[in-house]
Amino acid sequence: MTVSELSEKMGLETLVPGDPTRRVTGGYTGDLLSWVMARANEGDAWITVMGSINSVAVAVLTEVACIILSEDSALDEDARVRAEKEGIAILRSSETAFRLAVELDRLLG
Amino acid sequence: MKLHFDVPGDDFTRAGEASGQVKRKLKRLGFPPDVIRRISIAVYEGEINMVIHAGGGAADIEILPDRITAVLTDHGPGIPDVELAMQEGWSTAPDNIRSLGFGAGMGLPNIKKYTDMLDIDTEVGRGTVLTMTVFVNRK
Repeated sequence: MTVSELSEKMGLETLVPGDPTRRVTGGYTGDLLSWVMARANEGDAWITVMGSINSVAVAVLTEVACIILSEDSALDEDARVRAEKEGIAILRSSETAFRLAVELDRLLG
Repeated sequence: MKLHFDVPGDDFTRAGEASGQVKRKLKRLGFPPDVIRRISIAVYEGEINMVIHAGGGAADIEILPDRITAVLTDHGPGIPDVELAMQEGWSTAPDNIRSLGFGAGMGLPNIKKYTDMLDIDTEVGRGTVLTMTVFVNRK
């Protein structure tokens, strides 16, 4: 499943399109950046409330497929600019991380 | 090939420049993805540590065909108890850092986890030098 397919099926708002053809192969949820860096896998959709520039750096380093901001959390302007530069897709939802993770798991089968 | 980066002391938005550039460079040079991921995460954790604790510092990266070595030098307070600092979850980061998603006490443990060799030369009042190496053909 691609990032754009995932976004459509989960009804997510696209804040930064990044590479919509990027494949999503798994998921990870977490807000402590070092923890995420240690555990998230390449190709994961990363669900978090942290919309800071450091989250974009973590996404670049871990090569996750996209960032999904849960519960309508804010995306900082400098984070948006960096994500556009780095080609990182950032999506957003009003749902909780729990609900998003359940839905993602169902879609990934 | 040698790369040098100054890591600014008070600017979280610029932490990640060294690791990002190292990552791009290694990608262009065709290093294996696993090697690139390990060294760039380790360097990023080191950059963040220098911003949080040491008022910045410098990152010197040496890229050789069989290994990548990063030397992170700061003139911060030094680490009083390295053994404690190596424990996952132990942190002296202030609350405002935690609200940024850091300060989980995973920085040094992550660096150790991702590198093949790690040397910590630290002295209270003098600063800290981290020397970390990732080998290309070693698990």
